[in-house]
Amino acid sequence: MDFSDWRAQPTGRSRLGMAALVVLALVGVWAAFKHFGGVAPGYDWDFSVLWKYRSLLVSGLLYTLLFTVICVFLGLLVGLVTGLGRLSRNPLITAPLRAYIEVFRCTPVLVQLVWFYYALPVLTGIEMSAVTAATVCLALYGGAFYSEIVRGGIIAIESGQSEAAMALGMTRLQALRRIILPQAFKKMVPPLMNQSIMQLKNTSLLSVLAVPDLLYQGQLIAHDTYRPLEIYTFIAIAYFLVLLPVTMWAKRMEYGAGPKEA
Amino acid sequence: MSQSLSSRPLIDITRLKKAFGENVVLKDISLQIEKGKVVAIIGPSGSGKSTLLRCINLLSVPNGGSITVGEQTIEFNGARTVMPPEKTLARFRASTGMVFQHFNLFPHMTALQNVMEGPVTVLKTPKAQAADEARALLAKVGLLERADYYPDKLSGGQKQRVAIARALAMKPAVMLFDEATSALDPELVGEVLNVIKGLAREGMTMILVTHEIAFAREVADQVIFMRDGVVAESGPPSVVIDDPKQESTRTFLGRFKASETAQSATVI
Repeated sequence: MDFSDWRAQPTGRSRLGMAALVVLALVGVWAAFKHFGGVAPGYDWDFSVLWKYRSLLVSGLLYTLLFTVICVFLGLLVGLVTGLGRLSRNPLITAPLRAYIEVFRCTPVLVQLVWFYYALPVLTGIEMSAVTAATVCLALYGGAFYSEIVRGGIIAIESGQSEAAMALGMTRLQALRRIILPQAFKKMVPPLMNQSIMQLKNTSLLSVLAVPDLLYQGQLIAHDTYRPLEIYTFIAIAYFLVLLPVTMWAKRMEYGAGPKEA
Repeated sequence: MSQSLSSRPLIDITRLKKAFGENVVLKDISLQIEKGKVVAIIGPSGSGKSTLLRCINLLSVPNGGSITVGEQTIEFNGARTVMPPEKTLARFRASTGMVFQHFNLFPHMTALQNVMEGPVTVLKTPKAQAADEARALLAKVGLLERADYYPDKLSGGQKQRVAIARALAMKPAVMLFDEATSALDPELVGEVLNVIKGLAREGMTMILVTHEIAFAREVADQVIFMRDGVVAESGPPSVVIDDPKQESTRTFLGRFKASETAQSATVI
């Protein structure tokens, strides 16, 4: 069987198909609401509350996006540094990094958030605002996963590449910067994108610390209006609409991210 | 100054030892190579010839002995070897050009960028000048018109010629070829060997680890037959290849001569 055959996606058609899928899904949701809304007694769907609270929802969405950008950026920074650090030959460097990564990978992020906000200040005596605690926690959480992606991307580059670089007289650092990282980054992009999508979704957990993200604002509105079904439906669709283009873009990067082109 | 240089060999390897754990790969190898000479190292697989080559530019770190290339000498003393600072190591490697069996071109760079990479990054040559020199080198290996191609658009033989140009760009004192044609389709071997022959004519000092016995006989000033980590026999090709003294050399070359006869008898 030709390997390249099933990998090559007719991008034009697939994008059209995706768009059709989205429209179908939305129509389906709407039809279901109409149908069951009529049948279920005592509940009249009323999406007009959304419009009334639009400024809160928009600010929540912007907060979510801003927070994602910050946490992704900080997480990438942490991941890059720790991922490179794990390649060191010195166990005094690699062992603590390994411990950090495993702790953050093997505990639920919700538990981490709560722990950072409530337990860490007691332990260290350093007071943190909810936003700070959440930022530090999500950056470290994301960093642990990014770190593994970075490390994996680098060790996936065959040793002949660094040997060729060293043979030219490059130092290890020069070889890393000029030869290894540019190739590794290409391999890393799709998994990094996936992890960043997770990061955006994880920001919804911030609501437990009363950080005013999209979900938190939605909860407020729901309490205010007794319209939780409409609000949460809207929030789900909002997350979906933000992330769908990103996943589609990630897919395209994945197909394009061979070592082939410049 | 130049007289004192010419009086002693360009490359001086003394009592070189290398072991991977219990497995001793090089046992007391000593070897002198004068400037401008071409040395071919032949021998069965696992005899240590590639390891020897990799030790000469320190991609593998020897466990004992010493290596001199030009003015630079590094001594090895087992586990207690204090390796020189990385900058010194890098400078040492820069003075030896290495050509690998599997080319190891940088896939994210064009042929031209591959050749420019060493001078620009290591020697800090200005880009315009490095590009000019790189074009001249690509022209020399017959690939100027492929300058802007990425490696995956080149044939194996073309890749290896770019790799040779890349190594030459550092103006090395010696070129090391580690089975440079072993990964090539038979019809592509010739173009690479021709480039190496051209370098020999220009007086480039070269060490070739090779399975191309006929080529070694044609181009080498000295042939070294290695077996089990030692130099079993060494001398001009007319002696080592055509009239070997050692039984092991005869056995090894017997296989080659048989296959050579078989090849010329078969229509490929």
